[in-house]
Amino acid sequence: MSINLSNDRQRISVLFFLLFSFLCYSFYLYYQLPVKNIPQNQEADTGKLSWQKYNCNACHQIYGLGGHLGPDLTNVYSKRGPDYIKAFLKNGTSIMPAFHLTEQETKDLVSFLKNIDASGNSDPKTFTSRYDGTIEQH
Amino acid sequence: MTEPLNSIKLNTSKLFIISGLLLLITGMLFGLTGALQYLVPGFLKNHLSFEVIRPLHVSSVIFWIIFAAMGTVLIYLQQYTKRKLYSPLLLKVQYLLFAISICAILISYCAHLFGGREYWEFHPAFAIPIATGWILFIINFIKSLGGFRNQPVYIWMWLTGLAFFLFTFAESYLWIFPYFRNNIVNDMTVQWKSYGSMVGSWNMLIYGSGIFLMEKISGAKNYSRSPIAFALYFIGLFNLMFNWGHHIYTLPTYPYIRHIGYAVSMTELFILGRIIWQWRSTLTTAQKLYHNRVYRFLLAADIWIFLTLALAIIMSVPAINLYTHGTHITVAHTMGATIGINSFLLLAFAFDILQETCFTSPGYSKWFNRGFINTNISLFVFWICLITAGILKAKWQMAETGIPFSSMMKQLRPYFMVFFISGFIMASGFIILIYPLLKNQLLCYFKYLGKKDKIKYAEPNEYFAELNLVKNSG
Repeated sequence: MSINLSNDRQRISVLFFLLFSFLCYSFYLYYQLPVKNIPQNQEADTGKLSWQKYNCNACHQIYGLGGHLGPDLTNVYSKRGPDYIKAFLKNGTSIMPAFHLTEQETKDLVSFLKNIDASGNSDPKTFTSRYDGTIEQH
Repeated sequence: MTEPLNSIKLNTSKLFIISGLLLLITGMLFGLTGALQYLVPGFLKNHLSFEVIRPLHVSSVIFWIIFAAMGTVLIYLQQYTKRKLYSPLLLKVQYLLFAISICAILISYCAHLFGGREYWEFHPAFAIPIATGWILFIINFIKSLGGFRNQPVYIWMWLTGLAFFLFTFAESYLWIFPYFRNNIVNDMTVQWKSYGSMVGSWNMLIYGSGIFLMEKISGAKNYSRSPIAFALYFIGLFNLMFNWGHHIYTLPTYPYIRHIGYAVSMTELFILGRIIWQWRSTLTTAQKLYHNRVYRFLLAADIWIFLTLALAIIMSVPAINLYTHGTHITVAHTMGATIGINSFLLLAFAFDILQETCFTSPGYSKWFNRGFINTNISLFVFWICLITAGILKAKWQMAETGIPFSSMMKQLRPYFMVFFISGFIMASGFIILIYPLLKNQLLCYFKYLGKKDKIKYAEPNEYFAELNLVKNSG
């Protein structure tokens, strides 16, 4: 069957097919989010809001997405530990300002970073490429 | 009484474009300040640190794109229908909502009030006036269009852009519900689904206007109703809807998201193939129309579409993306798309719409040529510089040596230096191009303030006259 796009009827059929597929894909994804049965963690959730409040993403990346001025922090919790993170948050660096966080905000942010760390590994070295161009994490 | 639709009067639609141009200037200044912070660690750290400068830069530039695209679509729609807009009042309210929002957003960053999302972010409260303004835009567009039957491809593209921006903009705020927010993988999956498609939606507004303008310049009206135009539109729409998975290949989400993103992204090879296939005819048209300032921007955008699309397709192969992801190669792609494609196309529209004023600028042709060449060469250097820095960062990411992040950044300093210098030259080039356009518009506005009947055109717009786009308002 060939598609002739020279008249409105055919064009509208293609458009509706695409729209229907898009809406099914979107709502299926909303309903079946990738991670289910998430334990309640109030500290991590508040930590995420603090992460956004101080706009940490402007400089830091999570899973390679974010600013480029600072390092990717996806697995900083397991690599460096909570004390290292707290020290940076408290003192800042020559580039990063000290944000003067409260004790609770610091705890929440560390909990948020611990949660991200537990979600997976962002190191590209942990992936292998297949002949068809796809990748797999080992 | 007969009034030309493209009158030199400073109407609200033009105000969108003029405001957009001002935002482009502020966006470039914030961008240069941010680039300087890469070179001079700690520069403005206690006043305007990077987490403030970056959103100032990103939002200014995105609002330049949105403002200019809205103004252009509304003006071209009137030229297409040969009628005035359905409601000038709705248009004014739309402008006010957007103008007040952007001012408030820029001020909020300086007050350290952020939305904190990656890429385009501001406090969620500002989303309400922006979405309201967009709904007014949709109402005015649809009512002014009159009907949907047998419309050319650019009308389809504009309608697609209008609908998908609203959908994806709303989708990008799903994070405010804990159901979407309480796991980073879920949150990032939905976030990049929305952002991937949102960029596609404003591209629909811009590329649609590009087709309208090209037909206006060339006088040929057959392309926008041809099957090939619709085939390419549907490939673009297919990508807008489903290719977003290529942003999150390394995120531990469903594998099918990665596979769909990869497969759909590869359909862009058809578009790339068509650009190569049409290269010869593009060159012939270029020789014929190179004297036309508006066309020159379209030609530059064509070249950048080719470069950016080729890079995007390469980056969409997961095995290659593994190296490019999280590096400056991604930034090169974004800059190529926002500056090389979107900004050049929007400048083509701005020149088409605004260059006709009651003032002439003696010697402007010489300055225009300088600005145009400056901008293009420096953008190319800027782009190559980012790709090179990205390759070095990719090597560091994949190496087992354990060199600290700060040492890797020090090694990239020479590239950041060239990046800053080329960025500075590029910004100067843009200002050379834009300044006379803005100056003449404003001078003309003040000269004829309250004397509407005495307006005289300094340079009649030839192709506009050909189209004889006049309206009987009486």
